[in-house]
Amino acid sequence: MGKDITNILVCGVGGQGVILASDVMADTFLEAGYDVKKSEVHGMAQRGGAVVSHVRYGRKVYSPLIRMGEVDYLFSTEKLEVLRWMEYCTPSTVVITDTVQINPPAVNLGEMEYPADIDDFLKGNFEKVYTVDATEIAKELGNARAANVVLLGVLSKLLGIEEALWKKCLLERLPKKLHELNLRAFEKGRLAV
Amino acid sequence: MKKVLLGNEAIARGAWEAGVVFASAYPGTPSSEILESLTQYKEIQAEWATNEKDALMAAAGAALTGARAMASMKHVGVNVAADPLMTLSYTGIEGGLVLVTADDPSLYSSQNEQDNRNYARFAKVPMLEPSDSQEAKDFTKLAFELSERFDTPVMLRTVTRISHSRTVVELGEREELKRPFDLKQNERKYTMIPAFAGPRHRVVEERLKKLKEFAEGFEHNRMEMADTSVGIVTSGIAYQYAKEVFPDYSFLKLGMVWPLPEKMIREFASKVKELWVIEELDPFLEENLRAMSLKVHLGKDRIPLCGELSPTVIAEAVHGKPYRPTVKYPNPIPPRPPNLCAGCPHRGVFYALKKLKLFVFGDIGCYTLATLPPLKALHTCICMGSSVGMLEGATQVLGKEALGKAVCVLGESTFLHAGVTPLMNIAYNKSNGTVIVLNNWTTAMTGAQEHPGSGYTAKGEETFAVDYVQLAKALGVKEENVREVNPYKLDELLEVIKEETSKEEASFIVTKDGPCALLRRAIKAYNPPLHVDQEVCTGCRQCLELGCPALSWDPTKAGEYKTADGKVKKRKGAAAINDLLCNGCGLCYQVCKFDAIKGETEEVPIGFQLRRP
Repeated sequence: MGKDITNILVCGVGGQGVILASDVMADTFLEAGYDVKKSEVHGMAQRGGAVVSHVRYGRKVYSPLIRMGEVDYLFSTEKLEVLRWMEYCTPSTVVITDTVQINPPAVNLGEMEYPADIDDFLKGNFEKVYTVDATEIAKELGNARAANVVLLGVLSKLLGIEEALWKKCLLERLPKKLHELNLRAFEKGRLAV
Repeated sequence: MKKVLLGNEAIARGAWEAGVVFASAYPGTPSSEILESLTQYKEIQAEWATNEKDALMAAAGAALTGARAMASMKHVGVNVAADPLMTLSYTGIEGGLVLVTADDPSLYSSQNEQDNRNYARFAKVPMLEPSDSQEAKDFTKLAFELSERFDTPVMLRTVTRISHSRTVVELGEREELKRPFDLKQNERKYTMIPAFAGPRHRVVEERLKKLKEFAEGFEHNRMEMADTSVGIVTSGIAYQYAKEVFPDYSFLKLGMVWPLPEKMIREFASKVKELWVIEELDPFLEENLRAMSLKVHLGKDRIPLCGELSPTVIAEAVHGKPYRPTVKYPNPIPPRPPNLCAGCPHRGVFYALKKLKLFVFGDIGCYTLATLPPLKALHTCICMGSSVGMLEGATQVLGKEALGKAVCVLGESTFLHAGVTPLMNIAYNKSNGTVIVLNNWTTAMTGAQEHPGSGYTAKGEETFAVDYVQLAKALGVKEENVREVNPYKLDELLEVIKEETSKEEASFIVTKDGPCALLRRAIKAYNPPLHVDQEVCTGCRQCLELGCPALSWDPTKAGEYKTADGKVKKRKGAAAINDLLCNGCGLCYQVCKFDAIKGETEEVPIGFQLRRP
């Protein structure tokens, strides 16, 4: 295709660390020598709503928003949230998702059901799918909130950018007391591929 | 050094590099991070103002001393600041004065999607519009230079996708202004009585002419000539989207969107076969081009007027056919709207208001989320302070009919911003309205910023905090009608609201001991999560009416349960509590009539343990 821009759509639920994950990506791509843009919406979404962040890197990036049908990697911190962004994907989009399920209000109220066929749907429609028990792994390490970093480990393995750059940019965005936990979470993610 | 900066951080950096010493703002998405980011610079007095008008006036006062000063706000904030803006345009400035407006196309967190480019034309001031973070930083610096060179306030306009995008920025150093700051009398320039203001209007018109000349040679108004079959006039974020979709066409990218460089636009138009205008929201550029008698081949006849643009939207609009996704999930996807957090102090108040079947005049803040089901207990939302203002008029028309029927609800930051004067109006004009202030100790919706009632400044220093009870009394609400309530105690809430809304006089209720459940500095400890006793839960779903994200309906628990007198009955499911989300605020415990919700201890705590400022 001669495509010189890589597009990553990062999604999840407000409070899950979607923005932190995409911040680390952007810093890493810059560190690796690329032009980079990312865009998301703050404010309302923090209150448990659906969150999405567009991350793009390459030689020269214009739009901070990814065009529909051009996502290379869909990175989701919650399983159902993957489904919300299908318009942006094609069968060749690589899907990386946590297996954790967080019920939306309509499911909590018993008005709708949490889709039960997500795994089958993803397997049937995409060439490459990585479903990772990121929250479970992070819980075992001592803090469920590091699930986003487990997933970053997975992505880092697939992108072929030097591991050390990822780690440097990750630690720069975290307070010192969380460094060890997050490094372990990141490495667990790399092993999950 | 290069860094990936948020547009808002880049604006703050630009202000710092430009030698700014004073900045003021009222938080509002998507503008809030500008001032938050400015608090990191020790050379800058960065302040949260009570509202946007105060922010602009404070910045104007700072600039009057010869210093460089900036005010930043969201688009609707400029409506509040428009009063000083219109006349500051007449006076001009001493030191550079920049007003940042952060517009919100697609209303991600706003009540309208007004296009504030119109303010530049209206106020007759120049406006710069960056298209990424690098330009956000550079244009901020340029704005100060222009402000001083042309003796005018300068507006810098961003949109959500500039403010909240991160792009690469080359950092620079700070340049201190090497001039003394002082106050010099100059009534003919700064005292806008009619005799002095009239001549200043002529100065403004002359200035606009000079700015127009300047725009013709402004390096950030630039032609990018390529394939001349189509030439696209654009600015800001729309430039990036259009460039993405039509990389081969010619572009006229305007860094300054007011006043416009007529000669340059005519020259560009003469070089291309078809002239297109691609812009977000209003046909601002397009109307001006048409007024120049230029033929616009494609503009708002194709490009949507409503909502933000994107490469997808532009491609669909220009090609006239919708994008067809190649992957589609066939079943309905449960929506995930934002919701009041678990343990939110607002939830109980709205549960009570709904129970009392009151008409609730609402306002701007997290609590506007109480509009949505299941709470559905907020019935208006117009602008900051509108709840109190509208309640006054409604109660005056309805008179005694309004008793027990209507209240207004607003957060304390919103109250301080624009609710104090309408409360005075209520007391002064003898309305029987009841005003409920939800005091959660912070400006929560925009990410927990300090305000004059929180006890801290923007830079985290301790300061005086407004006493709401004393304030209400001073404004004319009778002492016996000024009440404090604990927002986690449902019985107390119901009783106090019922009492006050039945009085034929103005009432003021303020919540106490209910800080935002996310405010780390205020909460010493949360409580252990509660749980549902599955033996006893009747499946009545009353607790679900609270709309707490930690509470859910579990249909797999359909079957039998035991009543208090030992009878076995059938249910369709039971409630469940997510122990990762529940922080034990105790609301659902009070709502359950069957004692099915239990805590770790016999006595269930109500509300959290607090750390007071």
